[in-house]
Amino acid sequence: MKNTVFEYAPAPESRAIVDIAPSYGLFIDGEFADASDGKVFKTVSPSSEEVLSEVAQASTEDVDRAVRAARRAFEAWSALPGSERAKYLFRIARIIQERSRELAVLESLDNGKPIRESRDADLPLVAAHFFYYAGWADKLPYAGFGSNPRPLGVAGQVIPWNFPLLMLAWKIAPALAAGNTVVLKPAETTPLSALFFADICRQAGLPKGVVNIITGDGSTGAALVGHEGIDKVAFTGSTEVGKAIARTVAGTDKKVTLELGGKAANIVFDDAPIDQAVEGIVNGIFFNQGHVCCAGSRLLVQESVADEVLESLKRRMSTLRVGDPLDKNTDIGAINSAEQLARIRELADAGEAEGAERWAPSCELPDSGFWFRPTVFTGVTQAHRIAREEVFGPVLSVLTFRTPAEAVEKANNTPYGLSAGIWTEKGSRILWMADQLRAGIVWANTFNKFDPASPFGGYKESGYGREGGRHGLEAYLASNPKASEK
Amino acid sequence: MTANDRLSVFKTYKLFVGGKFPRSESGRVYEVTDAKGTWLANAPLSSRKDARDAVVAARKAFAGWSAATAYNRGQILYRIAEMLEGRRDQFVTEVAAGEGLSKAKATAQVDAAVDRWVWYAGWSDKVAQIAGSANPVAGPFFNLSTPEPTGVVTVLAPQESSFLGLVSVIAPAIVTGNTVVVVASEKSPLPALSLGEVLATSDLPGGVVNVLSGRTAEIAAPLAAHQDVNAIDLTGAGADLAKDLETAAADNLKRVVRPSVTDWLADPGTGRMLSFLETKTVWHPIGV
Repeated sequence: MKNTVFEYAPAPESRAIVDIAPSYGLFIDGEFADASDGKVFKTVSPSSEEVLSEVAQASTEDVDRAVRAARRAFEAWSALPGSERAKYLFRIARIIQERSRELAVLESLDNGKPIRESRDADLPLVAAHFFYYAGWADKLPYAGFGSNPRPLGVAGQVIPWNFPLLMLAWKIAPALAAGNTVVLKPAETTPLSALFFADICRQAGLPKGVVNIITGDGSTGAALVGHEGIDKVAFTGSTEVGKAIARTVAGTDKKVTLELGGKAANIVFDDAPIDQAVEGIVNGIFFNQGHVCCAGSRLLVQESVADEVLESLKRRMSTLRVGDPLDKNTDIGAINSAEQLARIRELADAGEAEGAERWAPSCELPDSGFWFRPTVFTGVTQAHRIAREEVFGPVLSVLTFRTPAEAVEKANNTPYGLSAGIWTEKGSRILWMADQLRAGIVWANTFNKFDPASPFGGYKESGYGREGGRHGLEAYLASNPKASEK
Repeated sequence: MTANDRLSVFKTYKLFVGGKFPRSESGRVYEVTDAKGTWLANAPLSSRKDARDAVVAARKAFAGWSAATAYNRGQILYRIAEMLEGRRDQFVTEVAAGEGLSKAKATAQVDAAVDRWVWYAGWSDKVAQIAGSANPVAGPFFNLSTPEPTGVVTVLAPQESSFLGLVSVIAPAIVTGNTVVVVASEKSPLPALSLGEVLATSDLPGGVVNVLSGRTAEIAAPLAAHQDVNAIDLTGAGADLAKDLETAAADNLKRVVRPSVTDWLADPGTGRMLSFLETKTVWHPIGV
């Protein structure tokens, strides 16, 4: 197929709005400090491989220092009236709104996601999340967890690189609203927005030690999760690491929430509005380069409309613009890291080797940086690796079905259970399908919708616990009185 | 000439209706004094026509305000808190004079009023989560109950607590999407009239809150009988007046909140919000 992309003049967002320092320390007890052993690592822009900054690699000693700072801060923070905690969180929400363009550019630089998404999806949701949980801070007795809900203590939080600041918001906002203090570790490849968030805490006048940000690799995360001084573990990332965390906390009193992988089915019935469904399919798998745990990575399309849907899908995919994340016309940005690109390539190659048919539009890719064309596989069977394993990239596997029961069977045939999509004009079928699907979020005639008021989280090996909404508070509140208070 | 010698500029207090600041159409004013009887200002003495105009403004604003997202309404209520915070001194002065309070006590009232806006701002996107429900009916049906705003609410603000009490009766009505016509404290209407200036600069659409000053009994009678008013909060009415108004309100089955003794500094709870909400339940069959 010839390249049908309209010629656009470049429309880059200015990066002058963001001032990245050459190096960053760890944010512990309200101060930035180097790692105890002086170790640092570099964070690069995945679209250019340019080094953006050097950040500290937190040692176990640093983790311990951060946890102790959070513990010291806990007593006063948890004793504040909820209305005062609320006002701190409202301040943070407002400062994020004020600085949202700066943070959006920063996020696109460090993560590789298109500015259109960081500006229109990530940042508005980040501010809204703080706004929503700010309002809960003085209403906890109304939340349905008893008349005197109490915080847990210190939360150790480890977040991924796909939505760096949004995942930070999902972790920190409910934790602080409920009266906990936190030690948060951003992902190794995307530490910068969390470090900028430290500056927002300063501007908001947040008491020292309430939020501590430690940067590092998996070993730092493991040290945090395993630290005896924390009461709560919140993790978003791979199912493999999630299982390791579940083993680590076995036999302790630590409360855990895990937000892990997915292999969502996006199910298109023959009565669905095809153009609308195709937009939903594209959004479902190519949003954020497919680096989305709830991505609609398996398209289940009813046989009678499969050809029509695929033709329309390919035509739509040919108009997607891959390239500079800071260009406002870009649809698909850079793959976050060389490592992730290698994994996507390996799985896509396996798809071909196992007999599925691979197709991608012919689009030009930049010379430097990490890139992968939006790709669709047809003729996929349930046994293929690309139908079973999470690719976490812009790769869609297409399967077909004949009856609703078969669609349910195939959709549920996965160890994951995070999300699902249903496309049909028939309301009763939407609700029947939603009942049958073993998934924590079901989108009907839409996909990848997020809102702070709406709970998010998975069934089965997609993790446990919910983030967002009233339900998200439960993860940060003691559900039973302590033994001494009984 | 020193600052102390300077002749101050008096403010002409006006009503706040439909986002504008009209005088009473009747051309009447009444004298407002401090606790010692010293003249403070002349306030508009609203007529029945002013009351009807305010209902028209409130009704006009209802469609847009009730359709705004809860998030948007929350942001606007929070904005009101931000604007009020910057004008604390003015309200402390008005509350101290009107209610005969010390500066410290008046400050506590105003601070609590700012925080009350923050409290209700947070409720906008949560009230449905505590007042709504997914209902497990015995059959293949999806069944969901959600709260919706009642409509135009007339509020007789408390007579004694001219500002904290006022905020405490307006905010719970509008946060859920109702629009209000509020009758200010008869004796101390100035903080209510000044609040209009804050509301006008807080992104609140015109007509969502309409403030009238004057004789409570005179203004309340046509409002209680008004066929396009959906609910009435009688907090600022004495027992006899409340009974008359409740009787009049029965004509179109207005939702009524009766007067009660209230500690305005205490946790306000959810009662006032729930008083001005309707529950809508949606059924839908489940099946392939």
